[in-house]
Amino acid sequence: MRTPRELADAHPGPAFTVTLDGREIEALPGQTVAAALWAAGVTSWRTTRGEGRPRGVFCGIGVCFDCLITVNDRANQRACLVPLHAGDDIRTQEGTGHDDRP
Amino acid sequence: MTDREPGQPRLAVIGAGPAGLAAAIAAAARGVRVTLLDSAAEAGGQFYRQPAAELRARRPQALHHEWRTWERLRDGLDAHVRAGAVRHLTDHHVWLVERRADGRFTVHALLGPEQEDPAEVCADAVLLATGGYEKVLPFPGWTLPGVITAGGAQAMLKGTLATAGRRAVVAGTGPLLLPVATGLASAGVEVAALVESAGPRAFAGRARALAAQPGKVAEGARYGARLLRHRVRLLARHTVVEAHGADRLEAVTVAALDGAGRVRPGTGRRIPCDTLAVGHGMLPHTDLAETLGCRLDGHAVHVDDEQRTDVPGVWAAGEATGIGGAALSLAEGHIAGRSAAARLRGARPEPAEWAAAARTRTRLRAFFAALDSVYAPPAHWAEQVTDDTVVCRCEEVTGGAIRAAVAELGAGDARTVKLLTRAGMGWCQGRVCGPGVAGLAGCELTPSRRPFARPVPLGVLAAAGEDD
Amino acid sequence: MNVGLTCDVVVVGAGMVGAACALYAARAGLDVILVDRGPVAGGTTGAGEGNLLVSDKEPGPELDLALLSGRLWGELAREFGAAIEYEAKGGVVVASSPGGLAALERFAEGQRAAGVVAEPVAGDTLYDLEPHLAPGLPGGVHYPQDRQVMPALAAAHLTRASGARLLTGRTVTAVLRTRDGAVRGVRTDRGDIHAPAIVNAAGTWGGELAALAGAHLPVLPRRGFVLVTEPLPPRKVRHKVYAADYVADVASDSAALQTSPVVEGTAAGPILIGASRERVGFDRTFSLPVVRALAAGATRLFPFLTDVRAMRSYLGFRPYMPDHLPAIGPDPRVPGLHHACGHEGAGIGLATGTGHLIAQALTAPGKTPDLDLTPFRPDRFTEEAA
Repeated sequence: MRTPRELADAHPGPAFTVTLDGREIEALPGQTVAAALWAAGVTSWRTTRGEGRPRGVFCGIGVCFDCLITVNDRANQRACLVPLHAGDDIRTQEGTGHDDRP
Repeated sequence: MTDREPGQPRLAVIGAGPAGLAAAIAAAARGVRVTLLDSAAEAGGQFYRQPAAELRARRPQALHHEWRTWERLRDGLDAHVRAGAVRHLTDHHVWLVERRADGRFTVHALLGPEQEDPAEVCADAVLLATGGYEKVLPFPGWTLPGVITAGGAQAMLKGTLATAGRRAVVAGTGPLLLPVATGLASAGVEVAALVESAGPRAFAGRARALAAQPGKVAEGARYGARLLRHRVRLLARHTVVEAHGADRLEAVTVAALDGAGRVRPGTGRRIPCDTLAVGHGMLPHTDLAETLGCRLDGHAVHVDDEQRTDVPGVWAAGEATGIGGAALSLAEGHIAGRSAAARLRGARPEPAEWAAAARTRTRLRAFFAALDSVYAPPAHWAEQVTDDTVVCRCEEVTGGAIRAAVAELGAGDARTVKLLTRAGMGWCQGRVCGPGVAGLAGCELTPSRRPFARPVPLGVLAAAGEDD
Repeated sequence: MNVGLTCDVVVVGAGMVGAACALYAARAGLDVILVDRGPVAGGTTGAGEGNLLVSDKEPGPELDLALLSGRLWGELAREFGAAIEYEAKGGVVVASSPGGLAALERFAEGQRAAGVVAEPVAGDTLYDLEPHLAPGLPGGVHYPQDRQVMPALAAAHLTRASGARLLTGRTVTAVLRTRDGAVRGVRTDRGDIHAPAIVNAAGTWGGELAALAGAHLPVLPRRGFVLVTEPLPPRKVRHKVYAADYVADVASDSAALQTSPVVEGTAAGPILIGASRERVGFDRTFSLPVVRALAAGATRLFPFLTDVRAMRSYLGFRPYMPDHLPAIGPDPRVPGLHHACGHEGAGIGLATGTGHLIAQALTAPGKTPDLDLTPFRPDRFTEEAA
């Protein structure tokens, strides 16, 4: 069985670490937040403000705003659009994404 | 920020997909200075979406077809950029095009994926090549993580070489499902089934229009062969009736459809999967055009033979003017770019010069009109939406709430349903739930007014265009 | 050909005012038909913020109507409450300079004499009421009687509770009259409706309906934009907060653009930002300069809003009358015709009082109404004056 990287014969630079709620996960140069989270086996990273239901990627192109996440203290970023850099601090979010801020 | 040195006229092209690229190249080749604005880090749009440069893919063509066309576009753009005729502004998310009192335009954008800082581009004319986005109709369980749009699955694969899981079902209707299924399969995902609500007989009825497109038939045959090679089961005239799982997708139930588009009782079967890629066609992005005051025909921007909208100085091409795929977008973009270049230089365009593109345009529009009647969601899809199914994903408005607004509060149109339920008032502004809400309410899907094509920080808005 | 319908009163216009007229008329025992060319709340109601304000009104007939309406809204709140997103949140009017504060306090003094609860708020206490206001503001006035509803929900729920027959998507094309000129119903594009009384609750289009009955009523559109933000946690903005110059803008006769920030949270999460006023006819074109001014005003009042995203904006047309007072009550020129329109930007708030007074006029025309209707007389304008 082959992987997408093998299919496209991709040779990205060395992996780096970012944190998801303080836990270290690996990411590759060029990966978006969503791609790195998928690779780490994470498919949901926010809960809705009404029913508290889990959500992750839906449209994958920045239209639906389902994949909202907090990156380096910026709330409500779209995980499918934002590329990762070494040391980025990713946080899952609840509700409006501003709920834990005074 | 405003650049109004005299000399060559300036055209702002919004969107660097097939239509925008063809337009930018055609206009730049004819003495117009083009600013090409696009939200992505690389040109290509959704169709030619490239893996991020840092992934260093040596064989990106494995994820694509029509690679040679892409190479031509890419090289053409590069040449014009090097020559200074095209300025390619990547990571520019356009939220508003303003037509100013002097008849010129200011394009307002937000920079980078964060979309916090503004940029403004001044132009004598604008060409809207804003593309389209996927339509997805609701069904129980569609909000579970693991359920993604078919186009989203493809975008994640093409752009970041990422797949969500190991076992996928691809479902819905439309020509996008085949490439998504074969793409996932060749990237190592086990595609358990391709579930298409259209039946083989629908294709037969349209055989003549479809057969007029030999390229397209060959393309279909290629996909068919790939499906076979990857042992993807094709379930025609079937639909997904429910996605199952507690906090993420574990399985889907698919069922057969009868001739009237209703689920056949007793035909449901459960397919375990961790990914469902689902889509029901495409819708044009028309927000920028609508706010400029351009007339729409149904959901698409109305254009004349030269791809001009009815607002002076505004052209449109590609999916924004009606869904029709990359080849049609290229033809429309080419015509639009040539027309804009001629008119900006005060000359009358010569349609004879683009006769070949115009013939392609005629042929492909007819082809996609025929496809449209082949690929249709099941006529009675709304019956599968239970009262507790969330229909508006952002505001978590259920099917029951929408039905109550219609039955008890007298809402009979999409806007009133929105006012009374909040369906469509959330982050995505109804782009995702619009078709579902309209279908459930039993009314027409009418284009919503969205003055901001994307959310804009109030601090940016407070200073927008202040220098004018 | 449709069979004609018959009832006691036809209310034309299914916005907030029409819904309130239908409710109070039905509860007074009348058989009501509510007719609208569009849907429920399809006009100005659906484009409003849902302000139930006493704070912006100077002593006089409009304030008296607002106080009556406020009491009635309080009663309806017990019945409808959360369904119409009723919030008795109070208003805070903020001065930006010591001179402005002195003028505001004088204004409040007069309001208190007229029965308004208006509590002066000195600098520090201002931030107890609204912790996120810009620093350094001299003070303001707190108006506990200001409240808020979600206007479209309020119109829809009052309409349903009224039991009136709701006929949407029907355009009134003529007012039917007897030989001696009295009203006997309306003609619509889908059949006649027979009734001895008509209520003109057509809002900004009330002048057109009056003209169908041969009566002159100068209702003009005054355009307003509203900005809507991303959803925020509750209580970032706790009251209806606006700058003191809003009052001057409301009372202005100028056709030119005025914007003064009005900022308020909603039960659903987003913050609403008004209020612009300009007389540009029924022009629906988006205007960046107007919306920019709203954003600038709101971020000056609440600096944290700078990083908050606007998700959309919408516009509506307030029904403006030359003397800023609505037309309420029977039209002496056309027996049977009653007007309930021209409330400008206050129609949601004033709807209950208007509906109540209309019901009184319909059921007990000889009796003295709860509020003197003389200032609201529909025939107070001469054609020349308009």
